[in-house]
Parts: sequence; structure tokens; C-alpha cells
Amino acid sequence: MTETTPALPVFAIEPDPSQPAARRWSRRRAMLRALRHRSLSLGLVICALLGFLAFVLPLLIPVDPVAQDPMATFSPPSALHLMGTDAFGRDLLARVLIGARTTILASLSVVLLGAIVGTAIGLVAGYAGGAFGFGIMRLIDLLLAFPGILLALTVTAILGPGLVNGVFAIAAILVPVFARLVEGATVEVRGLPYVEAARCAGASQPRIILRYILPNVLSGIIVLTTTWLGIAALWITALGFIGLGVQPPTPELGAILNDGQNYIMLAWWITVFPGLFLSLFVVGVNLVGDGLRDELDPTLNRG
Amino acid sequence: MASYVLKRLLAIVALTFGITIVAFLIIRLIPGDPVIAMLGTGAGDKEMILRLREQLGLNRPLPEQYLIWIGQVMRGDFGYSYANQQPVSSLIASSFPATAQLTLAALALSLLFGSAIGIAAAIQRNRAADTAGMALALVCMSIPSFWLGLLLILLFAVIWPVFDVVGGTGLKGLVLPAVTLALGTMGFNARFIRSSVIAALSQQHVVTARAKGLSEPRLFAWHVMRNALLPILTVVGLQIGQLLSGSVIVETVFSRPGIGRLLIQAILAKDYVTVQALIMMIALIYALSNFIVDILYPVLDPRIAR
Repeated sequence: MTETTPALPVFAIEPDPSQPAARRWSRRRAMLRALRHRSLSLGLVICALLGFLAFVLPLLIPVDPVAQDPMATFSPPSALHLMGTDAFGRDLLARVLIGARTTILASLSVVLLGAIVGTAIGLVAGYAGGAFGFGIMRLIDLLLAFPGILLALTVTAILGPGLVNGVFAIAAILVPVFARLVEGATVEVRGLPYVEAARCAGASQPRIILRYILPNVLSGIIVLTTTWLGIAALWITALGFIGLGVQPPTPELGAILNDGQNYIMLAWWITVFPGLFLSLFVVGVNLVGDGLRDELDPTLNRG
Repeated sequence: MASYVLKRLLAIVALTFGITIVAFLIIRLIPGDPVIAMLGTGAGDKEMILRLREQLGLNRPLPEQYLIWIGQVMRGDFGYSYANQQPVSSLIASSFPATAQLTLAALALSLLFGSAIGIAAAIQRNRAADTAGMALALVCMSIPSFWLGLLLILLFAVIWPVFDVVGGTGLKGLVLPAVTLALGTMGFNARFIRSSVIAALSQQHVVTARAKGLSEPRLFAWHVMRNALLPILTVVGLQIGQLLSGSVIVETVFSRPGIGRLLIQAILAKDYVTVQALIMMIALIYALSNFIVDILYPVLDPRIAR
């Protein structure tokens, strides 16, 4: 399943790779083929829908996640409050939408931070090699020796609770994962002739790393980023849920669920709806991740 | 074989050393004075400050502090938890069994149901049952464990009260936390076992065995599963540590007295001596279970040792 192979060679009209237009067409065809991938397109639809709800809808209709209505505490879902209200009479729908925005932005920050730092470490360690690279990778191994949540809790214990510290804590789990992947891939391409050619032509080391090595390891990074986005969302809300993430009154899905736990027998809706939104988001992200892995990683042909 | 074991042994010794260093540094990396941070409102007590500072030995050089601390740890002395008013070692001793029970139950559940779904999906590859099984696995992996726990509490406390919902330590109290902890891992295992079985099915000796007319059950037991089980063993080694640390969340949801809940309470109470001991212990169990898997591997597959 390489990019240049047309999906249906029998019906390909002009399979002439020497034409300059062929490359443009094959890229488009690869995009189209990717969209035909069922789980990828389903995941994209779910993510787009939830993204619209969390980011665009609050701009179109007025929602206030902190407005209290003492006359309407714990009102069950109704036409006025589609998801009901909480202990302070705050509209749960507004809180879930704004809270989801916080959760999604925090998860994106986690994977971006983890991916950038981890990739940088992996590139430098892999390209430099020698005792320096070896030393860095043994430190990375040490971080990998801690189960993910434990590493995040260690960082939280040191930095203290809070949303920003939570992002750092979860990103700390991703750094060694990305560093290991990128280091391995870098070592593989470091000695290839085209890199040597670039060096002979006088390219500077940063240029070799960014221009010639990074693009070669990029597809693995993209796959890993989407795979970990869902996990990051689960862990950032877990931190919020146990009271180590976002502090009240900021709405965030995990923190809302923590709040709902106190009234679980009284108001089931505070527990059910935020969790539903979160689960659906993670399902969507995982579907996209699966699809991207099928499309971008030719070594994994998983039936 | 001997050199393989020796290599693994050296690796785990180095890893153990690294883990103790990280655990040791936790208290030393806290911004500000850790003694004041730990005592919190009790920081007015001069005598207590002096005692705790003496216990941690924070005024000596770092390497010396480490040697003193590791010496105490080796004698089973993890320090004294002021938040709980008892030695950390007895705290751990009283809460570890509940967590071990939960972790093993969740591991068993996730392997049992994960293999059932994974093997069925592999046999029914690309048919409706496969798609349904893999969709189920994906959903299981995507549901946050704490939310699942809350839903189960809602369901079994309100609608169908057959299990103890909160705080139970007997078998009836184990079911819901174990299911909650197992679900995500089960989803992963189902997918992993499916691809592992599919890889084993496409090997040439399996094709040969099928061609010579071996019955399907025998084919599976003798030729497919033996190959498919090896990668699963590695995953089990990793999952013991993941489930152990996943108990942090599940025990909080179900108010189950185990080391996971103890760790969260210690972090919230800034009881760093307890945090340090628990993090070191979980990481060491994780390292040890991976080591055991590494050692078992060449016994089951002689090709690895070379």
C-alpha cells in the first residue's frame, strides 16, 4: 500500500508516472482513498461535530457556564436546560460545552508539547549518537520505566495541582515515548546516502536535521500524536476528576464529573452528560488515529 | 541463554538504582522548603520542623542524604507519615493487599474477555462479528475509567443492588472496581490478541498443517496459539504496572482502601514521604514484572536467547 499505487489499477486512465501532473494527482487520490477509510472518516465526522459544539456553538448562542440560578438547582433535563442544572443552578449544557473546550485545548497542548520536546530530544540524541546520545536515551529509558499515570502523578506531586501543571505532567509521559520513536527512526536514516550528500554539499547540522531527517520520521510522529491525543484527554480529565487538575469554578469535563460524583444519587445528569461527551470525543480521536495508522504506516498492514 | 539472563539482570539492577534516584529526588525537587510544605498548618511547631528536617537529613550533601535514605529503605524503613500518624511501611502493608487483589482480578478479567473477543474476531476476520468486536474494543478503550465507575455505581446502587458499591473489601465489593479497571485494558488486549492471532495464522507452518488436514481445534491449540501467546506475555508484563497505577483512579471512585487512594490522598495532603515510598514501590513492581517476563521469554521461545 504505497502512495504511488493507484487503488484500482484496472480503471486508472493514464498511469504515466513521468507526467509532471501525476504526483499532484496521486496525492489527491491518496487523500480520497484515505477518506474512503471508514473509521477515519467516521472519526473525522465525530471530531468535527464535537469541535463545532465546543468551539463554534458557544459563539452563536449565548451560554454562561457560571451564571447561577438559585431557583433552579438540580433541575432535571428539560426544554429550558437541555442537560439539566447543577447544585448552584448552573446550566449543565453550557458547562459541558465550555468545559469540553478546556479539555480539548488542554489535551492538544499536551500532545503538542510532548511531541515537540520528545521529537527534539529524539532527533538530537539520534543524530549525535555516541556517548551523548547513549546517555540521553538511558535517561529516557528510566522515564519509560514508570507507568504513565505514575509519572504524571510524580510531576503533579512536585509541581502541585492545576491545569497548566497537569498539562506538563501528562506531557512528561509523552516525551519519552516520542523521543524513543524518533531516535530509532533518526538512527535509521542518519547514515543514508542522501543525508551524506547533503552534508557534503555543506548543509549545516540544524538544516540536515530539520530539512532531511525530520520529514522522514514525520509520519510516525503524526500517527503517534493522534494515538496519544485520546489518551491525553482521558488522563487530563482523570487529573481533574481526582482534584489534581483544574481547580473550581473553571468548568472542565473532569472537574464537572468530580462535582457530579457528590450528587450522583440526586442528579444523574451531572455524571452522565459530561462523561458521554468525553467518551464520544475519545472514540472519535481513536477512530482517526486508527485510520491514520492504516494510511500512513505501511509496515502495519493489519487486515 | 546465560549471557541473556546476565544482560537482563544488569539492566534491572541499573533500573532499580535509577528508580530509587528518581524517588529520592521527589522531595528534593519540591519548590521551597519541603519541610514547611509537608507540615502545612502544623509548620508553627518548631520542634516538629526540627525533627522532620533531621529525619530527612536535608542539611547534608545530596549523595550522603541518598546513602542514608537508601540504607533506611533497605531495612524496610520508609519514614514516618505525619499526615497519617504512622510509619509509611505499616501504611503500605495495610493497604497493599486490597490493591494487589484488585490488580490481579482486573488482569484476569481483561485477559479472559480480551482473548475471547480477540480470537473470535481473528477467526471471523473482516466479517460482521470482527467489526462488532473491534468496535466494542475501541469503545472500551475510549471510556474513561472513572466515568465507567460512576455509571456502574449509578446502575447498581439505584437500579439493581447486587454488588457492594462503595468501600467493600469482600468479593462482592471487588466486582465493580475490577470491571472498571479492566475495561480499557480489555479493549486493548482484544485488538492486540486479534492481530497477534492473525499474524500467527498466516505463518507457513500453519498453512502446511491445515493443508495436511489437521482439524481446526488442534490447529489452533498446537500451531496458532503457541505463537500468538508470546507477544501477549510481553503485554502482560507492562499491564501489571499500568493496572497497578490505574488503581489510583478506580480506588478513588469506589473509596476502596488501597495504595492508589493512599497515593492520591498523600499527594493532596503534601505527605511527600508517603508519596515517595509509593511511587518507588509501584515503579519497582512494574520493573520486576517486566524482568520476570523477559526471563520467561527465552524459556518459551529459545530463539530469543540468541
